[in-house]
Amino acid sequence: MRVTINGEPRDVAEGTTVADLIHHLQLNDRRIAVELNCDIIVRELYTTRLLADGDEVEIVHFVGGG
Amino acid sequence: MTDAFTLAGKQYRSRLIVGTGKYRDFAETRRAVEASGAEIVTVALRRVNITDAGKENLLDYLDPARFTILPNTAGCYTADDAIRTARLAREAGIGTLVKLEVIGDDKTLFPDVPATIEAARVLVREGFAVLPYINDDPIAAKKLEELGCAAVMPLAAPIGSGLGIRNPYNIRIILEHCRVPVIVDAGVGTASDAAIAMELGCDAVLMNTAIAGAKDPILMAEAMRLGVEAGRKAFLAGRIQRKLYATASSPIEGMLGS
Repeated sequence: MRVTINGEPRDVAEGTTVADLIHHLQLNDRRIAVELNCDIIVRELYTTRLLADGDEVEIVHFVGGG
Repeated sequence: MTDAFTLAGKQYRSRLIVGTGKYRDFAETRRAVEASGAEIVTVALRRVNITDAGKENLLDYLDPARFTILPNTAGCYTADDAIRTARLAREAGIGTLVKLEVIGDDKTLFPDVPATIEAARVLVREGFAVLPYINDDPIAAKKLEELGCAAVMPLAAPIGSGLGIRNPYNIRIILEHCRVPVIVDAGVGTASDAAIAMELGCDAVLMNTAIAGAKDPILMAEAMRLGVEAGRKAFLAGRIQRKLYATASSPIEGMLGS
């Protein structure tokens, strides 16, 4: 199935959770925040929340800024 | 702690808050922050680069256990975008402080004050410690204080302009009217600008470009630390009145031939 991550289309397997995606992107030990279809997904739900076809995922982190 | 700066219930020794943008690399960012003596640093929230996510991260260089990380909502042009960014920043696990910016125009980067007030109202209700970036506008400052912001942050001049404090009189009025900390945010160009802000009685100064854009950012970071300290001490000491005519420093008594 196809999802959009930070504006880029990606194919992911059925049954992929938010935690799987974070692991796949090597973001495990980062301070990140995740939005799924404009709703924030709290950390505790990463392992249970499944991605669905057409989902829009945003993954953000801190960068230099003023 | 003598002469501590208290923000959102936490005490700080340093009255200089620095941004982390526009540096060559994270190592330079850290060196500049160290030289500035700042205990609070601002950061922005952006998308992770998902094609190359394995790289180093800013927070590898600025330990959140040591520095208070102040996420901003820079680049947001609506209250909704700013609220969304603040919520994401909190979820990323840094805390509830947020530097609220709702920009009104990309040329001046002046704030959209009504939208800032709208966003502040929502974020305060959700438990954020909101630090709004505003014009040097005493009315806006008062409204934001009344709705529960943890500080107000009037600009000295446009972001990144280096023009210094363009309206010290408005800053003084804001200082007279507000009880929450007043932090001059944006527009400082050099150490004397920072000193002037502190001499006016501001609680702290926030800057980024003035340090990061200097020829030698590390040296400028140190200069800003000293400028803020000098200005603060001068404010506490109480300056002399300005007078039109001279007053001799040496005694008249005991002059030769008198």
